[in-house]
Amino acid sequence: MSEQFEPRIVAFFCTWCTYTAADLAGVSRLKYAPNIRVIRVMCSGRIDPQFILEAFAHGADGVLIGGCHPGDCHYIEGNYKCLRRAHLLKRVVQDMGIEKERFRLEWISAAEGDRVKTVVNDMVAQIKAIGPLRLPSRFKQWDAEMRELEATVNHTEEMTHASQA
Amino acid sequence: MPAKPKVALYWCASCGGCEESVVDLAEDILFVIENVDIVYWPVAMDFKKHDVVAMKDGSISACLVNGAIRTSEQEEMAKLLRQKSKLLIAYGSCAHTGGIPSLSNQFSREQILKYVYEECPSVDNPQKARPQVRLVENGRETTIPAFRNVVRALDQVVDVDYYIPGCPPTPKLLKQALLAILSGQLPEKGTVLAPDVALCEECPRKDSKPIDLAFTEFKRPHQILIDPEKCLLAQGIICMGPATRGGCEALCTKGNMPCTGCFGPTSRVRDQGAKILASICSNIAAKDDEGIQKTLEGIPDPVGTFYRYGLAQSLLRRRVDLGAEPTTEAR
Repeated sequence: MSEQFEPRIVAFFCTWCTYTAADLAGVSRLKYAPNIRVIRVMCSGRIDPQFILEAFAHGADGVLIGGCHPGDCHYIEGNYKCLRRAHLLKRVVQDMGIEKERFRLEWISAAEGDRVKTVVNDMVAQIKAIGPLRLPSRFKQWDAEMRELEATVNHTEEMTHASQA
Repeated sequence: MPAKPKVALYWCASCGGCEESVVDLAEDILFVIENVDIVYWPVAMDFKKHDVVAMKDGSISACLVNGAIRTSEQEEMAKLLRQKSKLLIAYGSCAHTGGIPSLSNQFSREQILKYVYEECPSVDNPQKARPQVRLVENGRETTIPAFRNVVRALDQVVDVDYYIPGCPPTPKLLKQALLAILSGQLPEKGTVLAPDVALCEECPRKDSKPIDLAFTEFKRPHQILIDPEKCLLAQGIICMGPATRGGCEALCTKGNMPCTGCFGPTSRVRDQGAKILASICSNIAAKDDEGIQKTLEGIPDPVGTFYRYGLAQSLLRRRVDLGAEPTTEAR
């Protein structure tokens, strides 16, 4: 399984810096792993921690956030808000059993197309090494235990019909 | 005289506080008895499961279930009561969002059983005996419910019509809900029967909440003398108010204690813990890694603090690296 495992990484990129850098990487014909799905946001400060947890819950193997370097935020303070949240969210995510490599925050300016390439390649390699997360199938596996009761509950229904007859 | 509507109350993995809150209706309980027939309430009345089995499907007008779902028995009763009830209502934090019992979703079934039957300091069990789901001795069979791997909120097991939040819900909310059921004036299915605004809206300290909070350290309530008038966040105390639904009329903050989040999130929020994390962290004063880390040391257990009543209903539900062991096989 692991030889075919291609990680799915959700990448939230701020439009002013990292998204522009990803554009630059494309225009410069830099090649990097095709495993990221980029979601363009106006600012890294707009990224609600719910987005990150939701990405994991829906099957992402990793989440990458790209924002402007400290001091360079188009909205002055947005990336600091993102940084502070990321510090605590990293702890929450690890406390919930998700490896720390799966959640990454990087500052990448509009000029650093090559950095998009290095960061993405590096993250893909790390996640390939630790394997898939696949939360939707884990949730299914957990909930399989509730199927054990189906026989009993059908039995109860039969009893009900008998008593109503 | 037309027959009174039938009401049932049931408890699953809960502490009994929700049952107390029904008695907390005080004189209003007489109004309840006048207007409805209580057909099933194990904590207070002598009806058995077979009495429920014998009822016609949908013959109970409303069934209030409190407590989270951990065992096969609770699962089965939830399914049975769903079948017999027109309205199934999740009553209290545990049924609504998983409650305190769902904090155990941070541990595996084996970790919990091992601690409870072997490692707990007050346990004397040299043979390391554990309960068996099925035991045959001298030709007699004994069974007990299976202990599941996961703690679930009620709607993760059966379809739920309405939710009454709180740990426990206030008598006022219960009374309002009962009146709504009796008059048939109910909102859209799936509604939480409490105001859809953050707790801050009804908190008497609201006016002292600064526009710009700037946390330099977090303190726990026993570490300082709390100013009874001032916003608790402004005093550096973690208060879940901004990410928690109102409706309790700020009982805790009026009692000089911070909100711990028992009413769950408002309808606009999916994951209460992530939302309060976002709100609190963005307002830290420090801008550098070291300073931020230092401030955050004041939150030693973020999962226990932010998901105190709602881990089962959070986006991740449970520590994701825990597996699922067989629960009904004999060991």
